Order: sequence, then structure tokens, then C-alpha cells
Amino acid sequence: MLDSKVPAGPLAEKWSKHKFDMKLVNPANKRKFTIIVVGTGLAGASAAASLAELGYNVKTFCYQDSPRRAHSIAAQGGINAAKSYQNDGDSVYRLFYDTIKGGDYRAREANVYRLAEVSVNIIDQCVAQGVPFAREYGGLLDNRSFGGAQVSRTFYARGQTGQQLLLGAYSALNRQIQKGKVTSYTRHEMLDLVKIDGHARGIITRDLITGKIESHEGHAVLLCTGGYGNVFFLSTNAMGCNVTAAWRAHKRGAFFANPCYTQIHPTCIPVTGDHQSKLTLMSESLRNDGRVWVPKTKELSAKLRKGELKPSDIQEADRDYFLERKYPSFGNLVPRDVASRNAKEMVDDGRGVGKTGVAVFLDFAESIGRLGKDTVAAKYGNLFDMYYQITDENPYEQPMRIYPAVHYTMGGIWVDYNLMTTVPGLYALGECNFSDHGANRLGASALMQGLSDGYFVIPYTVGDYLAKLGSFEAIDKTNPAFEQTRKEVEGKVNTLLALNGTKTVDDIHKELGKIMWEYCGMARTAEGLTTAKGLIKELKNEFWTNAKVLGENEELNMSLEKAGRVADFIELGELMVDDALGRAESCGGHFRLESQTEEGEAKRDDENFTFVSAWEFKGENQEETLHKEDLIFENVKLTQRSYK
Amino acid sequence: MAQHMNLTLKIWRQKNDKTKGQFVTIQANDIADDMSFLEMLDVVNEELTRKGEDPVYFDHDCREGICGMCSLVINGRPHGPKYGITTCQLHMRSFHDGQTIVIEPWRAAAFPVLKDLAVDRTAFDRIQQAGGYVNVNTGGVPDANEIAIPKRVADEAFESATCIGCGACVAACKNASAMLFVSAKISQFALLPQGQTERYERAQAMVDQMDTEGFGNCTNTGACEAECPKGIKLSNIARMNREYFTAKFFREEDVHVH
Amino acid sequence: MSNSKPALSSSLGRKLIMSLTGIFLCTFLVVHLIGNMQLFKDDAGYAFNNYAYFMTHFTPIKVVSYLLYASIIIHAIYALVLSLKNKAARPIGYEKYDGQSNSKWNSRNMGILGTIILVFLVTHLQNFWWKYHNDQVPYIEYRTDLATGATAAREIQAADFNDFQTTIENNVEIVKARDLYKQVDFAFQNIGLVILYVIAMAALAFHLIHGFKSAFQTLGLSHKKYVPIIEFLGVWVFGVIIPVLFALMPLYFYFVK
Repeated sequence: MLDSKVPAGPLAEKWSKHKFDMKLVNPANKRKFTIIVVGTGLAGASAAASLAELGYNVKTFCYQDSPRRAHSIAAQGGINAAKSYQNDGDSVYRLFYDTIKGGDYRAREANVYRLAEVSVNIIDQCVAQGVPFAREYGGLLDNRSFGGAQVSRTFYARGQTGQQLLLGAYSALNRQIQKGKVTSYTRHEMLDLVKIDGHARGIITRDLITGKIESHEGHAVLLCTGGYGNVFFLSTNAMGCNVTAAWRAHKRGAFFANPCYTQIHPTCIPVTGDHQSKLTLMSESLRNDGRVWVPKTKELSAKLRKGELKPSDIQEADRDYFLERKYPSFGNLVPRDVASRNAKEMVDDGRGVGKTGVAVFLDFAESIGRLGKDTVAAKYGNLFDMYYQITDENPYEQPMRIYPAVHYTMGGIWVDYNLMTTVPGLYALGECNFSDHGANRLGASALMQGLSDGYFVIPYTVGDYLAKLGSFEAIDKTNPAFEQTRKEVEGKVNTLLALNGTKTVDDIHKELGKIMWEYCGMARTAEGLTTAKGLIKELKNEFWTNAKVLGENEELNMSLEKAGRVADFIELGELMVDDALGRAESCGGHFRLESQTEEGEAKRDDENFTFVSAWEFKGENQEETLHKEDLIFENVKLTQRSYK
Repeated sequence: MAQHMNLTLKIWRQKNDKTKGQFVTIQANDIADDMSFLEMLDVVNEELTRKGEDPVYFDHDCREGICGMCSLVINGRPHGPKYGITTCQLHMRSFHDGQTIVIEPWRAAAFPVLKDLAVDRTAFDRIQQAGGYVNVNTGGVPDANEIAIPKRVADEAFESATCIGCGACVAACKNASAMLFVSAKISQFALLPQGQTERYERAQAMVDQMDTEGFGNCTNTGACEAECPKGIKLSNIARMNREYFTAKFFREEDVHVH
Repeated sequence: MSNSKPALSSSLGRKLIMSLTGIFLCTFLVVHLIGNMQLFKDDAGYAFNNYAYFMTHFTPIKVVSYLLYASIIIHAIYALVLSLKNKAARPIGYEKYDGQSNSKWNSRNMGILGTIILVFLVTHLQNFWWKYHNDQVPYIEYRTDLATGATAAREIQAADFNDFQTTIENNVEIVKARDLYKQVDFAFQNIGLVILYVIAMAALAFHLIHGFKSAFQTLGLSHKKYVPIIEFLGVWVFGVIIPVLFALMPLYFYFVK
């Protein structure tokens, strides 16, 4: 049975009480422990710095050339915190409630409440580090309303909140590196987890420059490796984002929870062709003033695609402002999933626009007319410039083209209230775990969760685990588990290097992405998912028989790096499809066609699906076993979302 | 419709930091003008891979101009022929059919080439480690609104903080100087009240580390400012100089003694 | 944070030295120009030769002049040291480097411009400073009738000369001096030297258009209010007026005198 270890007692007192109940490690003993942190984004950098400050020895690992480059850096919008500086009715409870509701009631109450509770400390911490948040003329912090929230609780640093927060955590990390408490390994990739007597006791890494396969020992291992959106090949993730560390840990016993929960962001720049390598997100604040439309008929769309008509040639009467039509009260501001799904519907209906026909318009003509070009430029100038840079189309003169793209993965490694996985001593933080966002993440909450886990949760909970070990012995590096795991990793690397078929790893990754997007994306059916399962199986076979991997291990070898990651993505894809197949309800970011209301809206099935699916790896090429953690809601009432 | 073009690429190839490199000419055919520059290289690499040849290694990650991982000196300019963007934001419509494009790594003694077009920029990390932080531990900090910061000061600090650490300033500078990078961080903290405590120590420590890494000296050509994808201003260097000289000549209590 | 290096052996310290010596040399240029403007006086060099004597014999000026020599030497040596360090910072150059797109030519070539100026300085000092100090210039005697103010000048021989001498006899002021003016006139009949001077002044112009404002940037003096003033002075005073007036001197002697 999965034990979430949620403490008893009233919601608002759980964390305080738990902090008191947890055991502490004597300051003199902290330096006897070593903690491994994999990934240096918001969660990893903040955890590593905080633990080192407490006195633990920390080793950090990242695949980039510097900890500062982790993809947290790309977050634009902001970070929520229940500071209630604006006197507009916000509170810890309201942030908790909005997050639970936003996650469509598929997250654990206690975790989400704690997240809201510590959110206030995050802002204090970041400001003290010198993070230059936006300020009002009086010199106090500015807030904005974000992602449809009714209160202004989002702190931001222009369009670079993620960057500024990450640089803050990176600076705290640097301070500890300078002090010698943190050893930083860059251009290193974790390839396996080492377990001794069932506990996580180290990792195996590959030095990406020299190819050296190394073992590193530690008393605890923290996975802070981000999300797995690149399973779709095209996503807003960085090119290097991957699931490998998490997946290899999964194969060593960490359950994987809710893998099918992915978030699709509606306002991204559409794909231009097969050469497309990634998708670029534009802040969804654009929907505050832009109107989404497609032509009313397929014929007009076809003419637009061929370039026979310009968007401005389409008369008002021939335009379908479909979000305004279907959701009169929310209009263009419906939540991300609804906006995304409707765009896909239009495209599937043959009414898409742009050369490829896989896009809808986001039109600013009306707001430019109403507010003036200068006002629109002041609000969205940088986004318009970015769009112009990429597409060579001027959004002041013609409507933008947008299309949804994979943005965030709510699923991840299953963790209990202490963020510990099903492997003792192995933790998962930030996007890498599944815990706080349920089936859909609220805007400006990802940064909050990463930092909450790293700064304010893990320093307490890891201590509890270490204190209860009852020993301060250094990990025995000569334990055969290290050598054995290292050999297995070497074996796997050699198997990959021996692949000498005709398809490149990218070819296969792109195919996987197409299958996942088509069948396991925004809208799913049992039939489609079954098809996908067969297709992925074939693809997996193709990979292991017909992929081409070049070069040798002892060098910077991108072919090898990619191959290992894609092999894991394929296996993850299989699990995502299984998970999606089992979850026969529409919920959060995804729509199950079999589960809709009479009006064609998403229908959640609380009776049958109010649980977390946690999957256990049973062996290569075997079906995984599903474990269910029932979600118990003691404080909020489950309601159906409606945006009509 | 996308225009297609054929290009001649002159690319620096180097196996690792121990071997000598040389330029290799590679043809890139049928390149669509709506590709990004890095997507063009992806296409080239896919072709090389299919032929069983080692693909060209280059650093890149976010591909949206914020992580600072991509580099490349393209036809003599860091991040290519446009201003205010990174290489990953550069599109092929900035080039024309039949053009020869010379692609080189960042060149600096402090940035040794790792392979092909990728260089080692950990010198930047070491400079940050020398003092690019505020000495606060997690927890026990005052409320975020306890110290009001005038908006103009906060905005100015933000302008400095927006540096992505890509190293284009070093690549552009004829002296391979890192002063724009170092001064941006020193400026951010010199401006903010939170950075005051170690303000003068920081300036000295970071400048020392910069010198140790073997970067060149600033001759105020302004090339760094012109090529910086984030528009970090030359006035940061002036501020760094002020901070440093103030520390050295007027702040006896903050000067380190040997 | 670690112990810090002494200020002047850091990269910023070396820049500071370049900046301070540069600014000092700029102020010298102003003084030098004002003095040399006497060359344009049609008085057979009376004012100019007086000025030359004053400059070489007035103690405070002599002290400053040693400072000046030191500044020139230090400025040049540090330029060399910094250039070598800068070269070492980029051992492998670019196959293609498009500096024109991000910076001005003169800012990138201060070393070349400075070298031209240094070559000029050596010639300049050898022609005038050295000769003046080593008794290799002609001598002149001015006789001024204090009643009428009329001055007559005549060349005198070494035997008649007794350093600089002013006497008044019968209401006539007699000034005997080294005739540097004559030496100037003589030197600038050489077209090669005139060309060198003009080229050197062009180099000086471009050197100072960048150098003057650059010195203030190095000092950390960067402010919206006075940066435009510095830039204006750098371009118009140090980049145009001073070099042009200096360049006019050889041209004046070659073409007019």
C-alpha cells in the first residue's frame, strides 16, 4: 500500500506539527552526511544551497555547462505567493483552494496547503538574495493577476521571472561552492541509481566531456530533474530536458505517478515544418487583448493557406470567434486546457490557418483600434517583437498565428508528504515529482513549487530520514552495488553505441512525438490510445534494431546522449499511454472523448478516478503494475468546472 | 511560401581540447528561410549522421534566447548578423542563397574549445562563485516589503541582472575581456540595498577572479555592449570601476590585507 | 571571499594608470598648444623664444615636465603590457572578424595610433627638445626700442651668446636667446617632416576621440549629465581643434613662411 505519510490534524496545522515531530540531525553530525542533488534548476539549486547551509556535504549534477542554465530559467510569467500585499482578499487558504481547484481535484490536499503556506517565505528569501522583482513607484513589490486568478498575487520580474529566481538560487549555490560545502559537477548526466539494502545510496553518472562512467555515493539522493515534456519531441522545454534520471530511478523502484497528466499551453508559435526543433511559448497574457478566430468555412481557410486571401480580406461576418461564441462569460480568457482543445478542434475541422493549416488566429486589430498602437506596444511589445523575429510577420498589421504546445508535465515520480519516493533515501522535487498540481497546473505555480520544495520542505524532511538512519558512517564505496550498477550502465552505453541502422535517433524521437501528440495529447480515446500502444511497441523495436548511433563513449558524443534519452522516452511513452488508457475521465489538461457532458465539455469522474495512479516497474518489456493512492478531500468540496 | 537556399558552411572542427582544429567546408542544401540557424545545423547534422559522419557539436539548450547556452561566431559576429538576439533566435531569412557562412567558436584563452563549436565557460561560474551573491542563508530573512526600493533603482538593477552569461561580450571584445559580464553582476548588487553588506568585498573578489581566469582588459571599444543579446550597458563597467577603486582607495576596512 | 590583489596590479588598476596618464597628457596638450600658438606671431620668434626659455627654466614647470616624460613612458609601457596581455587572452584569432559592426575602427586600433604618435614624439623631441637642450639651435638677438616699441632681430654667433640674457641699454631692451623659432622654420621646410606631422596629428585626433572619453569611463565617471560634455570635449576639442591647430604649424611654415 502507498502511504502518503500525511500527518494527522487540521489542514493548517499539519506542516507545523510535522516539523516539530520530525527528528533533527545534530549540527556536528550534519557534516558526516553527503547528499546528492541531480539537476540544478529552481528545486535543485535551492535544495543544494539550503542543505549545504545547514552543514551537509552536497554534490550537484547537471547536464548543462553551468547550473545557471537549467530550464527553470525560461519561465516568463511569475511566481504566486499568498502575501496578500494587495489587500484584495488573498490568503494562504485561497491560494491553496485555487491550486487544488485548478488541478481539477487530483492533487493531495496536505501538500498543496503546505505549498501555499511556504509561498510567502519564498518571496522574502528571493528578495533577500537580491532578486530584482518588479516594484511600484512607492518602492514596494508589485503584483499582478495571472492565469485568470481573481486576486493579484503573482510576483514577477518583467518577462524573466524564472531567470531571476534561478539566478538567485544559483547565487546561493555558488556561495556554498565557494565555501567548499557543495561540489558542482557540470556536463554530467545521471544514468542510474545505486541502491544498497533497498536504500538510495548513490548514482552513476557519465561525464559528457570525457565519457567517463563514474559512481558517486551519498546518504540521500534528490532528483530535481524537471519534466518530461520532450517525450512529445516538440515542446516548450529546452532541447536537453529529458526523463532519463527519473526513468532510471523508476526502474530501480521509484513509482511513477500520473504520467499522462501533461499541460498544453495554448499560445505558442506554430510549427513551420519538419525541421522544427522546439516550440516557443508566448505569455498567455496575450489573450487579455487578443481575439482568437478562424474562418467560418473550410473553403476560406483553404484560400488563406494557399495565400489567395489575406487575413484582412476575411469579412467580420465570415469569422468565427469560437471562444467568444462558445464561452460567452469567459470568452478568450478560458483556461489553458479549454483554449487549447478548442484550437485543436478548429484545426481538425479543416479551418486552421497559416501555411500548414495547423494554427488559429490571435488578432489584435480590435484592441489596437480601441487602445491605440502605443498602448498595445507598451503591454506586449516584447512579445510582438519575439513573434516578428521568429515568423517575420508583423502582429501589429496582421493577426498572430498560434497553436497549443506541450508545456509542463504534472505527472512525475511519486512522493509522499516528505517528498520521498518509494525508494527510501530517494527524493523527488519540483516538476520531477507529481505532487502539487494534480491534473492541471495553475499559472505561476511551477516556480513556487520548485522553490518551496527546495528551500523550505526538503531541508526538514531529509534531516528526519538521516536522523533515523542511526548511523553516521560514510557510505562504503567498495560496496559491490556500485561496481555492479556501473557495469550495467557501461553495458547499456555499449549496446547503444553498437546500434548501426539507418534511422537517426532524432527520426525516431520525432515519430514518437507524433504518436504521443496525436493519441496522448489534448484529446484522447480508448481506441486511439490502443493504437498508440501498438505503434510505440513497433517504434521501440525499430529503435533497438534500426537506430544509428555514432562515435565512441570517450568523447562529447551528442548521438549517444540523445540515444539514451530517446530510449527512455519510448518506455515512458508506453507508460503514459497505459496511464491515459486507464484514466477514462476528462480531467484537468486532458479530454477523454468518451467522458464529456451533453454540451461537449470535459466531464470529470470523481466516483471512479479520485486517485493518484502510481506505476511500479516490473522488468524490461513487462506491463507495469498500477498502485492507487486514494485522494481524500477533507477541506474542499469537489465541483465541476464551468466557463460558459 | 518559404524560400529555400543552398549554403556553403565553413565550420571549425576540433575533436577535443587536446587536438588542433581546422575549418571544414560543408554544403547545406535546401535550407528553408523560416528555419532557425540552429535548426539549419540540425539538418546538417542529421545528414552527416546518416552518412555515418560525426555531427558538428555545438552548445544549445532552451532555444528561446534565455538560457545563454548557445554561442557561435557567425561571419565574424557573436550570435550572428543581427543585434539583440542569441544564435538560437537567428533565422535563416537573414542569409541568402549561395552565401558562404563562417562558423567559429567563441575565441578566448579562458574559454577553451571542448569540441567543434562548444567551449568551456566554467570560468564565468568561478567568477560568480568568488562573490556574485548576497550572504544570506535560507530562512530568517526580513519580510520582502520591509525595505522599499525605489522603482528606478530596482529597474536599473534588473537591467544589469538580465545578463544570461552567454559570453558574447568576451567573444566580441577584441581583447577577450569579460568586464561586461562581471560588471553586470557587481552592478546588480551594488544598486540593491540587499547587496550593500559585501558591496566592496564583492567587487574586489570578482575582479580578482576575472583576472585569474585570464580574460583580457577593457579598452572601451563598446563591442560587448553592441553584441550583448540582452542589451547590458557599458555604464555597468564604469560602475564596476567605481566600486573597485572606491574599495581599494577609500574603504580601508573593506580592503583585504595579504 | 579571498584576499585581494593590490589595486595597481589588477586589470582595473592598469586601466586606471592608462586613464590617469592619458588625461594628464591631454592637459599638457592644451598648454603646449597655447604656447606654440606664438609661432603664428609675426615677431621673428620673439614671443616664442621667450616662452621656450620660460618653459625650460621655471622650476615648477620643470617638475611638471619630468612628470610629463614619465607619463609618456608609463602610458606607452602599460599600453604594451596590456596589449600583450590582451593578445594572450585570445591566442587563436577569428577567421572572420567583423569589428566594424560593433565598434569604431579607432577604438580597436589605439595601439597602432599610439605607436604612430610615439614615433612622431621621438622625431619631434629629437628635432626640437634635444637640439634646444644640447645647444644645437641658432641664436638670436632682439633689440627693442622702448620708446617706439620697434624690434629688430639679428642672428648672433655662439661666441656672442651667453645663455638667455635681457639687458637694457640706452632705453633699448636687448634680448639674446636660443632661436628655437628659427629651428622650427628650418625643420618645416622639409616636406617629409611636414607630412609626418600631419599624419601624426591625424593619428592623435583619432586616438583622442576614443581615448579622452575612454579615460573617464575607466575612472568610473559615467553619468547622463556629464557624459555628453565629455564626449563633446573629446571629439571637438581633442579630436578636432587641437590636432588641427598643431597640424597647421608645419603647414604654415612650409607654405606661408
